[in-house]
Amino acid sequence: MSENIKVSIRNLYKIFGADPKAALKHVLDGMSKADLLKQHRHVLGLRDINVDMREGEITVIMGLSGSGKSTLIRHLNRLIEPTSGEVRVDGEDVLAYDEEQLRNLRREVMSMVFQKFALLPHKTVAENAATTLKVRGVAKRDYLVEADKWLDRVGLHGYGNHYPHQLSGGMQQRVGIARALTSNSPIMLMDEAFSALDPLIRTDMQDLLLELQTELHKTIVFITHDLDEALKLADHLVILKDGYIVQQGEPQHILLNPNDPYIEDFVSDINRARVLRVRSIMTPLDGQPVPPDAHGEVDHDDTLESMIARSGGDTSHRFIVMRDGVPEGTLDMTNLVKALVPRVASDASTRRN
Amino acid sequence: MATYDFLFNSLGLRDWCDAGKSGEATLSMADLLAKAGGKTETTLFNLPFPSLDELNKACAAFAKSRDVTKGVEDAFLAAKGALRFVLDPLTQPLSWMLEFALATFEATPWWIMMPLLALVVYFASRSMRLVGFVMACLVFLAFVDHYDHAMQTLAIIFVCAFLCVLFGVPIGIAMSRNDRLQRMTIPILDMLQTLPSFVYLIPLIFLFSVTEPKLYGIAIILYAIVPVIRLTDLGIRLVDKDVIEAADSFGMTDRQKLFGVQIPLALPNIMAGVNQTIMMSLAMVVIASLVSAPGLGVLVLRGIRNLELGVGLVSGLGIVLLAVILDRVTKAALNRVNAAQQH
Repeated sequence: MSENIKVSIRNLYKIFGADPKAALKHVLDGMSKADLLKQHRHVLGLRDINVDMREGEITVIMGLSGSGKSTLIRHLNRLIEPTSGEVRVDGEDVLAYDEEQLRNLRREVMSMVFQKFALLPHKTVAENAATTLKVRGVAKRDYLVEADKWLDRVGLHGYGNHYPHQLSGGMQQRVGIARALTSNSPIMLMDEAFSALDPLIRTDMQDLLLELQTELHKTIVFITHDLDEALKLADHLVILKDGYIVQQGEPQHILLNPNDPYIEDFVSDINRARVLRVRSIMTPLDGQPVPPDAHGEVDHDDTLESMIARSGGDTSHRFIVMRDGVPEGTLDMTNLVKALVPRVASDASTRRN
Repeated sequence: MATYDFLFNSLGLRDWCDAGKSGEATLSMADLLAKAGGKTETTLFNLPFPSLDELNKACAAFAKSRDVTKGVEDAFLAAKGALRFVLDPLTQPLSWMLEFALATFEATPWWIMMPLLALVVYFASRSMRLVGFVMACLVFLAFVDHYDHAMQTLAIIFVCAFLCVLFGVPIGIAMSRNDRLQRMTIPILDMLQTLPSFVYLIPLIFLFSVTEPKLYGIAIILYAIVPVIRLTDLGIRLVDKDVIEAADSFGMTDRQKLFGVQIPLALPNIMAGVNQTIMMSLAMVVIASLVSAPGLGVLVLRGIRNLELGVGLVSGLGIVLLAVILDRVTKAALNRVNAAQQH
């Protein structure tokens, strides 16, 4: 994965209300969201957001409803204008774009997938998938070929002539994804793309996205309120609360080192064995020789769940962790069991809403 | 002595009031009655409202309310020349269109016209049952010798409804995109819709000659254009915000958004507006027979004027049949649009 920063958000503020600029001063002076609403009748949407999104990675922005995550993603293609701050795509300041440049950005660089699919009900599936090309003025013969290609790719072969209402929710969202892929843009914005789907279909769609990603290496910004989904998809996880970033970083790292009671509470409920990887809890070799009494070799990307199955629950076992065929560390099953217990157990006193 | 004399006396305006008095003002019937009947005592219970007429009694410098309506009339007559100069050429095409449509509908023999109408009905509704029903109604009307009148009515409605859509849809679109325009237009639409239909005819009679078709054409269009404007505006405003956002996110221009998303998704509402517009122009075309609009309305009018009960009732039934035909056909077309867009 490359280290190039594709999208970068700097000091972004968004305030909703009659006079956001005046309210911004109060926020910069440190006024809280509740006080701003009570004293000045302005809603603080986003406060001092700084995120770097690397090329070819999936950046997941997670938060509960009202945390500002949907507002944030709409700043990237300027469906919402910020009150202050910077949004840079490939080093260019998007906020300085004029109408023409902005339209080009939306047509060529970013495509979006929506929670409620937002397909055109009067157009066929193929026409819907081709929307992004049609907007650019591509000839019908060419855009239908391209749309068919991507419909096949998302598993909708032969549905091109159906209408959206004839498809199930999951299939409609596949059309939504095909529509975003057809535009061939390097950046994909996904606004709670799978939240409206039922759990099994949602898992399918997550797998589909990961599968497409191994092939296409897009820069994906994914919004969700579901931590399991976030942990499954994220290369970089950003946790939002009340409009500010509580913590961001590698998901495994956040899981093992939550820096805020809010996040501790959040992560205490998830199935850690399924999410945590061997690499996050192994003891690095650091030049030490490989211990001779190991029970076998494991990949650094294996989940703890698979390790428990492999050791048969025996905590005395010890494994060598391999990365690309080279031993990298050792895994003690005792450490594994310890990692399964959250640092702060879920309990009613720490739970917040 | 009038009731409100004291008001002007106490304000010291007596001189100003009397200065305007020139001889004896014309007496109204009420004045004469009052003179003949002698004075009644003014108590708190029969205190008259200080209206123009009542104040005029106390102070001649006040205008009577009759002068107000007279003023409106004079103002209209003064503006008439200018209005006519502008409106006459502007609306002349309407006369030509109506004359042409009437001539065409009359000149086309019935054995061409009826299959043609059946074809139109079929393409609008794709329903043979409806075609059968429409044909049955037309055959009945023709059988009782109301065919010519019905065709005249139909010709007028076609022209007027077409023009209503032609102007109403763009106005509705403009309203949906501009809140201020919407706020300004809605009171005008309210007025057009609630003004008694006869009142439309009064200023038009002054402006244009009664022999010109555009006189009733304008009256019908003004009355019937309201629903198509309203429902176009509403329909476009009701288009799913998520779809609009998606259209924006893919970089659609305003024009692509309007023709590719907003109008197609608003089409069910626009069609409902067209249906209403056609029904309202049918209502108006009957009243417009007062100002020489041909068609079934003329027969209704004859029924009223000459107390020919049968003529009035049969032509009334003919209008009902036309209304049912037009309503069913436009609703069938509307349902087809709806079926294509269900979510």
